[in-house]
Amino acid sequence: MQRHRNGRTAWLIGLVLSGCLISSMAMAGDAAGSDSAPAFSNKLLLTGGVSQVEGSAGGGLTPWAVIGGYGTSDEIGANAFITHINLPDYHVNEAGAMVGLYNRVEVSFAQQRFDTEQVGAALGLGRGFTFKQNIIGVKVRLAGDAVLDQDSWMPQISIGVQHKKNNQAAVLAFVGAKSDQGTDYYVSATKLFLSQSLLVNATVRFTKANQIGILGFGGDKNNSYKPEFEGSVAYLLSRNWAVGAEYRQKPNNLGIAKEDDWYDAFVAWAPTKHVSLTLAYADLGNIVIKDHQRGLYASVQVGF
Amino acid sequence: MFKYSLHAAVMAMAMLFTQAAMAQNAVPMPEQSAAMAASAPRDPALRPVFDQFSGKPGLVTLMDDFMVNLMADARTRPYFADTDREHIKLELVDQFCVILDGPCTYTGKDMERVHRNLGINRAAFNALVEDLQKAMDKNKVPFRAQNKLLAKLAPMHPVVITK
Repeated sequence: MQRHRNGRTAWLIGLVLSGCLISSMAMAGDAAGSDSAPAFSNKLLLTGGVSQVEGSAGGGLTPWAVIGGYGTSDEIGANAFITHINLPDYHVNEAGAMVGLYNRVEVSFAQQRFDTEQVGAALGLGRGFTFKQNIIGVKVRLAGDAVLDQDSWMPQISIGVQHKKNNQAAVLAFVGAKSDQGTDYYVSATKLFLSQSLLVNATVRFTKANQIGILGFGGDKNNSYKPEFEGSVAYLLSRNWAVGAEYRQKPNNLGIAKEDDWYDAFVAWAPTKHVSLTLAYADLGNIVIKDHQRGLYASVQVGF
Repeated sequence: MFKYSLHAAVMAMAMLFTQAAMAQNAVPMPEQSAAMAASAPRDPALRPVFDQFSGKPGLVTLMDDFMVNLMADARTRPYFADTDREHIKLELVDQFCVILDGPCTYTGKDMERVHRNLGINRAAFNALVEDLQKAMDKNKVPFRAQNKLLAKLAPMHPVVITK
């Protein structure tokens, strides 16, 4: 157990250090490169969001209508990220990448590894039993410009899909999930209220996923798509800093364990366009036999 | 119960957004867009922001720094290299001063006409915004005050970004 904790601490320190290293490299690059015309990454800082938990551009928990990467309508942008979520009884490691095409289409890939630690042993799965889930996402911007349309209420609106495949079909069937794969569909509206320095996002997601897919899709209690609401509010403190909060409503399909809605409060720092660090305190509620899963969410994103 | 009322609220919000968007598309506002093309309108609510920019002298210094940034930035320099930069600075001071309800008059050219043949794309436009943000940072303009000005400038994007 102690070794486990130490491992996690080392992981977190490594994550923060690598972020600092990358950011200082990127800053040096910016200082040297401001005179050369870059072919991409020309959106304004932080307006592309960060990588959310399923790999799409957004807040931490929720996709936004923005297209990831700093590319404008003539450009291609790309991001890669790693995220660590440290909960009392579980932890999650994930990594992913996305490409934003001409500020119109975003394609993303992410892999989540959900480690059950001691709970795995208690459930007879083995200590450190891990669910692995791959997610492919596609998002298309339909209308609006979250940043520039400051004289109207019109938000930026996008639709997206996230196709998820979990690698533990047998365990998922045992807990009552109907499938080891599923597809979420969502529509997001994002608006920057620049005069108030406030960014607001609302997303409606149609999903069958249990614990975002970590526990499979559909269940004994319900096996149909339900609309779930997700919201984010971010206050911009400066060009480089934002603080905010998020909410993600979730379905309750499985008889064996109730599922709670998720919340977080975050701070995001983007010293340059090439890197951002996000730290959040997340409340993920009940997960299987463990209640009150609250902990630290840390994410580093690098981009071009 | 709460869940369903929330869904209803979301749907209502989505419909409102859609309707607002359609209304905007359907009803052209000729006077307003013509005024917008000439320059952003004066907003009396922004008078305190004018003070946060240190008034007209503050805007003059700001424009000096802004132009230095624009000329140092390879993404924006081509648009300013062969222009009367001193004149542009004066016009920008007047324009920002008017937007922030300062005691000035904008006598410069129509924004649409000025930008018509420049072929400015979104990347160059954003680069200009960054250069302005850096100049405002240098002049210690509070971030919130910066955003209040940018919120008034942003709606001019359709006449500035032509490519």
